[in-house]
Amino acid sequence: MARMKFLCDAERCIECNGCATACKQEHDVPWGVNRRRVVTLNDGVPGEKSISVACMHCSDAPCMAVCPVDCFYRTDEGVVLHDKDLCIGCGYCFYACPFGAPQFPQAGAFGLRGKMDKCTFCAGGPEKDNSPEEFAKYGRNRLAEGKLPACAEMCSTKALLGGDGDVISNIYRDRVTKRGKGSEVWGWGTAYGPPTGGKAPAQAPAPAAAPAAGAKS
Amino acid sequence: MKRGFTLLLLAGVFALPLSGCGEGAQVIVYKQGKYQGKPDTKPWDNDQFKGNQVAWETAIKTRNQSQNEYTRAE
Repeated sequence: MARMKFLCDAERCIECNGCATACKQEHDVPWGVNRRRVVTLNDGVPGEKSISVACMHCSDAPCMAVCPVDCFYRTDEGVVLHDKDLCIGCGYCFYACPFGAPQFPQAGAFGLRGKMDKCTFCAGGPEKDNSPEEFAKYGRNRLAEGKLPACAEMCSTKALLGGDGDVISNIYRDRVTKRGKGSEVWGWGTAYGPPTGGKAPAQAPAPAAAPAAGAKS
Repeated sequence: MKRGFTLLLLAGVFALPLSGCGEGAQVIVYKQGKYQGKPDTKPWDNDQFKGNQVAWETAIKTRNQSQNEYTRAE
């Protein structure tokens, strides 16, 4: 089995927030914590595009790299999870994450940050599968029930695909071939691109500026 | 019998003040770059799949394919 991945088709997302609602309902996510949300670009302008954003379970996850207590781990299925018993709520992962996935519930007065909470790909955490402890800390473990994330399975337009990376990319490729447009997958390169070893990703050199019309040589 | 009990009591009395000496470290020692939390089980190691990885993968593949409405409609 390949790695578990998310893919959001901006051509199909209708900003219904069904994914965010499904996530909230499935995991009993507390008020103020949004494991998944829908972002709309050029809102109100004709041709606006929406995408559903959550933890992408990156191949080279920056949150894992910056965590000072090393509470993150990656399962064999490629799901990035963390141990809430170890998390100190420092917020480093939030600064490192390119998707703004880590969330921090308020744990007391004066805006005190609680332990980090994020999308688990509906895979629970390091507790006994489907136990009350696992649900309380991480939410429901659908993966252990042989199911895919609730957000992807609930998506009415199937804009959000979740599951085995090979399968969902094949579904998307088939879709793009049939409709003939919209092959760009936002966030896919950031999350699953080749590891850069901490360096900035290589960029193509900027094209040389064309000489201005009428400029004297 | 009584002597044995007294000896046991005395041993206990002498051992009590030393019981604090065997206390383990109270602070977690972090190893740089390695996961420090509790171990997690595989998604198929539970009552439903009973360790059958193939059954779990089949269930996931079926769910995965149901996301493709092009094939569902055919």
